[in-house]
Amino acid sequence: MLLVVAVLVFALLRFAPGDPAAIMAGDAATAEQIAQIRAGLGLERPLVVQFGIWLGKVLSGDLGESFYFRIKVATLIGQRLEPTFALAALTILIAVLVSVPLGALAAWRHGGWLDRTLMGFSVLGFSVPVFVLAYLLIWLFSLELGWLPVQGYARIADGLGAFLRHLILPATTLSVIYIALIARVTRAAVLEALGEDYIRTARAKGLPELRVLVRHALANAAVPIATVIGIGIAILIGGVVVTESVYAIPGLGRLTVDAVLARDFPTIQGVILFFSLVYVLVNLLIDLSYVLLDPRIRY
Amino acid sequence: MVLRNGSVRIGGATLLALVLIAIAAPWLGTVDPTLFDAASRDLRPGEMGSISTLDGQTVAHHFRMGSDSYGRDIYSRVLYGTRVSLIVGLACALVALFCGVLLGLIAGYVRRADGLVMRVMDGIMAIPAILIAITVVALWRASLATVIVAIAIPEIPRVARLVRSLVLTIREEPYIEAAVALGTSAPNIMFGHILPNTLAPLLVQGTYICAFAILLEAILSFLGVGLPPDIPTWGNIMAEGRVQFVAYPHNVFFPGVFLALTVLAVNILGDGLRDTLDPKRVDDEHA
Repeated sequence: MLLVVAVLVFALLRFAPGDPAAIMAGDAATAEQIAQIRAGLGLERPLVVQFGIWLGKVLSGDLGESFYFRIKVATLIGQRLEPTFALAALTILIAVLVSVPLGALAAWRHGGWLDRTLMGFSVLGFSVPVFVLAYLLIWLFSLELGWLPVQGYARIADGLGAFLRHLILPATTLSVIYIALIARVTRAAVLEALGEDYIRTARAKGLPELRVLVRHALANAAVPIATVIGIGIAILIGGVVVTESVYAIPGLGRLTVDAVLARDFPTIQGVILFFSLVYVLVNLLIDLSYVLLDPRIRY
Repeated sequence: MVLRNGSVRIGGATLLALVLIAIAAPWLGTVDPTLFDAASRDLRPGEMGSISTLDGQTVAHHFRMGSDSYGRDIYSRVLYGTRVSLIVGLACALVALFCGVLLGLIAGYVRRADGLVMRVMDGIMAIPAILIAITVVALWRASLATVIVAIAIPEIPRVARLVRSLVLTIREEPYIEAAVALGTSAPNIMFGHILPNTLAPLLVQGTYICAFAILLEAILSFLGVGLPPDIPTWGNIMAEGRVQFVAYPHNVFFPGVFLALTVLAVNILGDGLRDTLDPKRVDDEHA
């Protein structure tokens, strides 16, 4: 699958109109200078050869040099990794902590006020654009209440307090759509589990309701919940691109937008490959985690 | 009946209102959304100001939603922006459905093509939609057509997968067997016998694509890689307003509210359609 991604990414960018050499050389460049840059970039060779060379390098971890930043793409991605990773991790943490209990409770009191509120919120969560939500939160917490900084990023090395203060708003913004997604699936899965015979048995033998809900219903709903967390990574990556732009966080998402605006082929290729690799790997790990979540599954 | 479903009614009515707004935009007290006046910059909602028409005249104008930093009327831009959003949403859904149905039918019915088509679809699905869209738009220069194609591409695999799975079920039905036995040609079976039986789920899927496309178009414009900034789209208005967000938050809020409302209406309509057309399917998994 990743090979397909590699071919797609390469084709998409190489067949695109717009000459990167001309862009690099600038408006005042002569035809000879442009030709020189083209040769330097290897853009004159047959496409298959270009692809072969490129793939070989990619597999050895060499994503080429950025046209725009003039440093190795791998280094560039490395530099921008921390903010994005921190943002994504905090988002997932918030999303799971909020959505799983809420989804389970909604299923437990199926048709009750919590259930209806949560389902309404969930449709809303899918519909409100990330950046509108981002500005709403900035306006409320940073401008009106003045509790949190408007924009920017602080590294972990600068102290945990500042780090969290800068990250909490973007992570909350980003987690809303994720919460909507996970809560829906949790609710559906727990609802299904609650209809099973073993729940009746558990209740009949006098187990406290909380234990029935957590140990019996939720535990049996774990696989679909894990699956949707994996699928949601794609939404999360898309959200990262927008959120980092709004909150001026110097991460991979911001890098993607900058690279696209600068028509920086190697960086775009590198970022897309990197994000796709992460997506595929996370989902592979989740597939493997089914063994832990459900003892009936064996590979 | 579909119309008796509450979600379909609410979503449909809201959407109908938005369509009417889009069509009637010129007669709702708006001016040409590209007009501006240096004297009317950064007005707050409800203030009076002036606007310069193309033939050089200056007319008084009531800025219901204020003006942006060029002195353009936000109200007019938001109303005209409805047109762009609805067109993009509808067109993306149609393009994605058309390509997805074609690929899905082929993959589901022609065994030899199945492997190749579905591998490519899997590959596209492994790249987050927004990355495909911004890359395509940025590389082919933003126009209405490229934006529509760019947003539709990542949706094609989802449609193709849906159609393929439906085809695999339907092709086992006795009436298909009968058609084969009668010597009906493959294209005839695909389009005449199988396709009509996939329409209900496709309609639901199309609604969700429409909602997603409207959202993504706004995101592209907002990031500065979408339609050119002078075209009034909700994303462009917000992108222009974000610079002065602290002082003039209404530049971001009015288009934001319209955008959220539209997407919400389409999503609610989709949920309602799913519940009425497809009663077998419990809750959701359209992620």
